[in-house]
Amino acid sequence: MSRGLRFNVFRYNPEDGDSVPHSDTFFLDETQSMSLFIALTRIREDQDSSLQFDFCCRAGICGACAMMINGRPGLACHTLTKDLPNEITLLPLPTFKLIGDLSVDSGTWFRSTHEKLESWIHTDKIFNPQAEEERMDNALAEDIYELERCIECGCCTAGCGTVNMREDFMGAVALNRIARFMLDPRDERSEREYFEVVGTDEGIFGCMGLTGCEDVCPKHLPLQKQLGVLRRKMAWSAVKHWFRFR
Amino acid sequence: METVYTDLLCIGAGLAGERVAIQVASAGFQAICLSIVPPRRSHSAAAQGGMQAALGNCVMGKGDSADIHFEDTVRGSDWGCDQAVARLFVERAPEAVREMAFWGIPWNRVVAGKSTYFMGGKQYDKVEDRQKEGLITARAFGGIAQWRTCYTADGTGHTLLYTVDNKLVELGVTVHDRTEAVSLIHDGETCIGAVARCLKTGGLRAYLARATLIATGGYGRIYRETTNALINDGGGAIIALDTGIIPLGNPEAIQFHPTGIVPTNILVTEGCRGDGGTLLDVNEERFMLEYEPEKAELASRDVVSRWMIHHIRRGLGVKSSYGDHLWLDIRHLGPQHIKTKLREVEAICNNFLGVDPVTKLIPVRPAQHYTMAGVRTNKDGAVYGLAGLFAAGEAACWDLHGFNRLGGNSLAETVVAGKMVGEKIAEFLQGHEVHFSTAVIRDRVARDREKIDRVISGKDGHENVYDIRNAMQDELMERVGIFRNGTELQQAVDNLQGLYERAKKVGLRSNGVGANPELALAIRIRGMVKLAICTAYAALHRTESRGCHAREDFEARNDRDWLSRTLATWKEGDHLPTLNYEPATKVEELPPGLRGYGASKIIGGN
Repeated sequence: MSRGLRFNVFRYNPEDGDSVPHSDTFFLDETQSMSLFIALTRIREDQDSSLQFDFCCRAGICGACAMMINGRPGLACHTLTKDLPNEITLLPLPTFKLIGDLSVDSGTWFRSTHEKLESWIHTDKIFNPQAEEERMDNALAEDIYELERCIECGCCTAGCGTVNMREDFMGAVALNRIARFMLDPRDERSEREYFEVVGTDEGIFGCMGLTGCEDVCPKHLPLQKQLGVLRRKMAWSAVKHWFRFR
Repeated sequence: METVYTDLLCIGAGLAGERVAIQVASAGFQAICLSIVPPRRSHSAAAQGGMQAALGNCVMGKGDSADIHFEDTVRGSDWGCDQAVARLFVERAPEAVREMAFWGIPWNRVVAGKSTYFMGGKQYDKVEDRQKEGLITARAFGGIAQWRTCYTADGTGHTLLYTVDNKLVELGVTVHDRTEAVSLIHDGETCIGAVARCLKTGGLRAYLARATLIATGGYGRIYRETTNALINDGGGAIIALDTGIIPLGNPEAIQFHPTGIVPTNILVTEGCRGDGGTLLDVNEERFMLEYEPEKAELASRDVVSRWMIHHIRRGLGVKSSYGDHLWLDIRHLGPQHIKTKLREVEAICNNFLGVDPVTKLIPVRPAQHYTMAGVRTNKDGAVYGLAGLFAAGEAACWDLHGFNRLGGNSLAETVVAGKMVGEKIAEFLQGHEVHFSTAVIRDRVARDREKIDRVISGKDGHENVYDIRNAMQDELMERVGIFRNGTELQQAVDNLQGLYERAKKVGLRSNGVGANPELALAIRIRGMVKLAICTAYAALHRTESRGCHAREDFEARNDRDWLSRTLATWKEGDHLPTLNYEPATKVEELPPGLRGYGASKIIGGN
């Protein structure tokens, strides 16, 4: 006998003058291996075709479907209903602009973050199509990949106490991204240049160490360790800089 | 009505679209990318295993060259590809991999000294050259003579897409995300942009451009069981076909990947088999050796998929409530390898199946994966039929892949073709001026707006859009799948035509206000059914078997009559596409012959 599931889903369509924020309730019979992707798709196709949510890869790799699942940020596509109680409450991620219902505008937020961080390899070299590639130790390549694995779903941002209080805090996703470039010898930025980007209260010194980011990261990235390393490096950079100018 | 002007309009911001935009922006032109999702969520990110380029750094790829890559690609395509394109591609792939390294990809590198690897479940030793230490390494894939697939663990598409998007941000190229093109603006000769719908507000915008690019990826979502993302519903192919002028190349050429997991059809990479994983049947015995003694699990995808279905039909599949399947076994690769080189596979199996691949078998079955079919272009990426329109990547039929794409050649195509087509567009823009006819623009926008209004108001009927989509997906799955025959294909064409009539009568159940998801599908559904009909109809008419197109009633590859490419156009008001044919290749560097795997019935050419 399958369980009956009750879904409480946040509803609001800002484009519709008649819409007011509220919660709608939907009921579904649980099926084997049911994920929130399957459940929400079924609700949209059978019960309310106006329901907005974002699924893309439905395989846990694109980061589109992050939402608040019973109070905790997570990827809806790889959340199975069997791991949840009968009553499931779904809200859009906080800290991002709402598009409608469970859909938020993460694209604009991330683009502006990439611009702020200058999240690309900074180098004075010019690519030579004829030349052999520069060598790299495989272990270093794997270390960079470890940080490069972030899928920018926004869970860590939504789960961050500081971001929820202060819109200008970059959050773990941005700091992890910078840590990735600091690790990469191809990026010729100096410690001082990185400091200009993240050595502030909006950056690494705004982190209160609540570890919410790492707790909710669906890719299990070592965010706290990265933030720790970054904090020490940036603090040390600040000290060196301070002595230089005395 | 908001109108945006730019030099290049890129419809699609996955790897191919962004790579083109970068090339054009680097040449000093303005480019704007449209994307239905934030660009980093594009399906390019889902490519796992790697990209092919003949670097020859690793010991198992020693002596590799563009020539060998070329031959593998042509054989893989079952002589369906354009050999001039394949030649251009293989020559420039190594440079593309290195450029990506320069931009920041953490490619896995050669580690000198002794190490072990698996092939067909057995362990072997290899010794990597000290001279090559730290250069970009490669892994094995299906249908290749040398280890040639460059990779970053099993997240190659992810690292490529993020790196290319970083470059795009560096160059300041604008991306309008959550924007879906709904039609091309053209006067029958020249394309001057597109009408697009904002998926945040529901509003329409006109984009006027001196050059327009279609890079919207594949359209696996016309099938029920596909590895593709939900967004792969053929937007670019639809608006091209809707012109009535532009042909789709080889719409019957649809690839099934051997290892979609059961039941969700999520892909686990070919790298699993490349790294030594095996396929097992209900008795937990290897079966591919029986069919393909030489290549076994590493024959091309079309061949492996066919043998898997054949084996299941022999009653040797594993029964499950989701139908019969087979097993993929990577247990012998060990936890160290799986947790570093195949970590996405590990996560997918644990998250979606509750199966730990380190200790358990993975349930797999072939699922639709790739459309070799696409908007037909010449070797410069210029689309047949309209000046100023280009296409690249999976959306295009360039035609590198013919009737079967090799694993690792699609990621490579996105960045190699992206760069080359970008160069050609930059050249084109140098001398190309267009006249924007306000009448043409106004007419196009008015027709799109009317179509949307009719769907919202239910003026044409109240057909349920989801019912039609589901019926279309079932039809293709049941009758236009891995094995095909004339009777079933004719039935599919007939049934799909019925669905096409119903698709014209779709009416919304919701109010259609704002970013309404039902409306987005309703706008697209007619076009999706047209793509489905093109697939079935072209398959019906190709009375031979070639690559992925396997006819039970015409089992031989027929080089005498069918060394050709289908070109399908759809004239306004018609109920079926018009099929024309052109030679598969004008240049014949490698004459048709045996592939070295798969069945070998061939009706000779001249």
